Amino acid sequence: MLKIWSMKEKQAAEGGSAKKKVTAAQLRVQKDLSELSLPSTMKTHFPSAEDIMNFELTVRPDEGFYQGGEFRFSFYVNPNFPHEPPKVKCLQKVYHPNIDLEGNVCLNILREDWKPVLSLNAVMIGLQYLFLEPNASDPLNKDAAHQMTANREEFKRNVKHSMAGGSVAGERFDCVLIK
Amino acid sequence: MHELHDQIWTSLPNLFSTMTAVRNPYSISPVLTTSGPFSDEEFAPSPDVITALADMSILVIGAGGLGCEILKNLALSGFKKIHVIDMDTIDISNLNRQFLFRPSDVGKPKSEVAAEFINRRVAGVHVTPHFGKIQDFDNDFYMQFTLVVCGLDSIEARRWINATLVGLVGDSPETLKPLIDGGTEGFKGQSRVILPTITSCYECSLDMLTPQTTFPMCTIANTPRLPEHCIEWASVLEWPKHFDRKADNDDVEDVTWIFEQARARAEQFGIEGVTYQLTQGVIKNIIPAIASTNAIIAASSCNEAFKVATTCVPFLNNYMMYSGNNSVYTYTFQHQKRPDCPVCGVQVLRLAVPKSTTLENLIERLKENPATKVKNPSLRTASKSLYMASPKELEEMTRGNLVKLVGELVGEEEVTVTDEALPFSLRLVVDVE
Ligand SMILES: [Zn+2]
Repeated sequence: MLKIWSMKEKQAAEGGSAKKKVTAAQLRVQKDLSELSLPSTMKTHFPSAEDIMNFELTVRPDEGFYQGGEFRFSFYVNPNFPHEPPKVKCLQKVYHPNIDLEGNVCLNILREDWKPVLSLNAVMIGLQYLFLEPNASDPLNKDAAHQMTANREEFKRNVKHSMAGGSVAGERFDCVLIK
Repeated sequence: MHELHDQIWTSLPNLFSTMTAVRNPYSISPVLTTSGPFSDEEFAPSPDVITALADMSILVIGAGGLGCEILKNLALSGFKKIHVIDMDTIDISNLNRQFLFRPSDVGKPKSEVAAEFINRRVAGVHVTPHFGKIQDFDNDFYMQFTLVVCGLDSIEARRWINATLVGLVGDSPETLKPLIDGGTEGFKGQSRVILPTITSCYECSLDMLTPQTTFPMCTIANTPRLPEHCIEWASVLEWPKHFDRKADNDDVEDVTWIFEQARARAEQFGIEGVTYQLTQGVIKNIIPAIASTNAIIAASSCNEAFKVATTCVPFLNNYMMYSGNNSVYTYTFQHQKRPDCPVCGVQVLRLAVPKSTTLENLIERLKENPATKVKNPSLRTASKSLYMASPKELEEMTRGNLVKLVGELVGEEEVTVTDEALPFSLRLVVDVE
């Protein structure tokens, strides 16, 4: 053991004190949040300023099919972050090829393509992209995806109607229009 | 079959008690009392080294597949004061490889049964069990050990102990506790020597971990091809539709529900291979444990523990990868410390401030400090956001704290500072005068 202790002495002594510890996941979230650079179309919302592992994101797409709507997502970051991605759900029932009726979101970096180097910012930008460019080849809502490729005009009308709280194919959606 | 096992097991102690009479109990003495071509320059061979080894307190974390091997190896190589922590109780499925346990031990705490077994079998060794989570023990507990050997299967627990040991490092050399970390995943494994704050730490290598196998959400939802797709469909998509709570992966009823849903879906798509066992494996993300991999990794880890503790020969610097997938392959390399590691790459800054200092004053002092060079810092403690410069909404929520006194806001806690100018973050210890 003497050898290691002598290695230690060559280092500048750092006065680390032993108090309540911040977890590595919390640290990384603090880092990610303090370096967020979101466009004006996205806003975060924190139910509690003290708990940075649970928050919401609102996306207001400024172009595309979903312009005029406001979409809310919940973010839950667990202690395994960034080994595991944040858990993200859409809080409203929306008509979208990549979001199912329970709010599950099909975004590759939230599951199979997640890497610890990706940041919370990357996830948020990815979510916004889903509204600018819905991807019919990765469907979670098969009807919506089918409609988008089969009849783009009809799809556009369905989106407008659903966003106002209307029903599409017998399913009622939440009104997401900006008041 | 079980009866046969019982018979063999009960006859073993007798076999061993006859063997101890012939074995040289000082088999480690040639290595420690003489020097050889591999001896470290600073190594002073002497019987005192054997005594020092016996007096050294060593902590083993985990008493599972790796832990059983580690405890046995340490007890047989001269360590006499061993502590072991484990939060689990013995399950019948553990018995094929966790050889310190017997069928009659099922349901009992692993740490206690393992300790009792070693204490009974290896004369002179005392293992002290701790039944609980590593997070339940405080810094004073960890400070009593010279060395820590980990045989865990949880990433979260490893990150926690790694950060704790890095955090313990203070001015005196004894606060530096080498961490020997063993890990296995099927036929693959690694062992490594971490000297907290000196070498690369567990967090430095987080991106080297094999990512969990996950499938695209839309494949699960629409085009399942594998039994795993059906199981994920049942647990990720179907479960939340029917229940308001999370599924308990250790509860037979919950797992059965998921299994039955998955089996029905598999039938619908003509997929074979959905079983209860696979269901449990997929939802718990279990990679089958291989007894031989555990034995190899534990042997390497304990060899390193012995070398670190005695300095008789140079120890591993600092990472050994083992793969038994296609043939037997090992690769040893020096994993580099990450300058921006959130755990060990963090500078510590001690600031003494007068009682009248507000949070705003403290931030000004940080900005003026040439050692930190921060521009727009965010400050938090483990439980509180003091001031978050971004995002805008958090800034608004925490702005009110700027006029408050640091002494009242921070209390005894340590402050974590993040800023674009910092490689990762800064640990700030504030002493209010
Ligand atoms: Zn590190």
